[in-house]
Amino acid sequence: MSDMDMEDDGSGIVKKFMFLNRKAPHGTVYALEGLEVVLITAAFDQDVSLVFTDDGVYQLMKGIDTKGIEVKDFSKTYRALEGYDIEKLYVDRSSMEARGLSEEDLIVDVNVLSDDEMKNLMAEQDVVISF
Amino acid sequence: MQFGILVNEGPYNHQASDSAYLFARAAIEKGHTVPRIFFYHDGVNNSTRMAEPPQDDRNITTRWSKLAEEHGIDLVVCVAAALRRGMKDELLAPGFRISGLGQLVEMGIQYDRLVTFGD
Repeated sequence: MSDMDMEDDGSGIVKKFMFLNRKAPHGTVYALEGLEVVLITAAFDQDVSLVFTDDGVYQLMKGIDTKGIEVKDFSKTYRALEGYDIEKLYVDRSSMEARGLSEEDLIVDVNVLSDDEMKNLMAEQDVVISF
Repeated sequence: MQFGILVNEGPYNHQASDSAYLFARAAIEKGHTVPRIFFYHDGVNNSTRMAEPPQDDRNITTRWSKLAEEHGIDLVVCVAAALRRGMKDELLAPGFRISGLGQLVEMGIQYDRLVTFGD
């Protein structure tokens, strides 16, 4: 992490970056590779928010076991985000409830937002990147 | 206005890279600038000079190279995504270079808009 702390584009500008995680953690590589961008953005000292919506809420589900599909389980990374000063995690309430999940089913503390609250949060952002 | 473009899908299989190309061209025609285009996920496959599509199809890679040459666009391929998919420096078409994700973050910080093309 010490190398990443050195990242600086030289401008001193801090923008609000929102990452929209829309896909299930496995089945496609979007969630895994998306997480890489999140960590690098934090290393540039930007104001990072993570949103989990649609099947993206499955990324935070407890009890993920990838042994059977023989791929890396990267769910531990979500627990380590705090160490990268990434503390703004949001879950879309309607996506979570549509999948029969509640906050107790998730591996990290999140803010659960209504559609209206999500809309307002998105409107505040400078950059929205969706994976 | 300065536009950064992020391409997240490979060529031919998905319309995303066609749409990204058409968007970049249209933005430039309207007087905007596109200083850099970043290729991530399977988007890194847009950069291979080994592709030989049929004669009656568009050649997506050479189209990127030509656009970059004409308008001085920096075509950046993510190193981690490229290595995972077997994309190497010696396979790159003209105008492409391999670099880190920091180049993508910089686009978000420095440009007026970052536009994503993907699934």
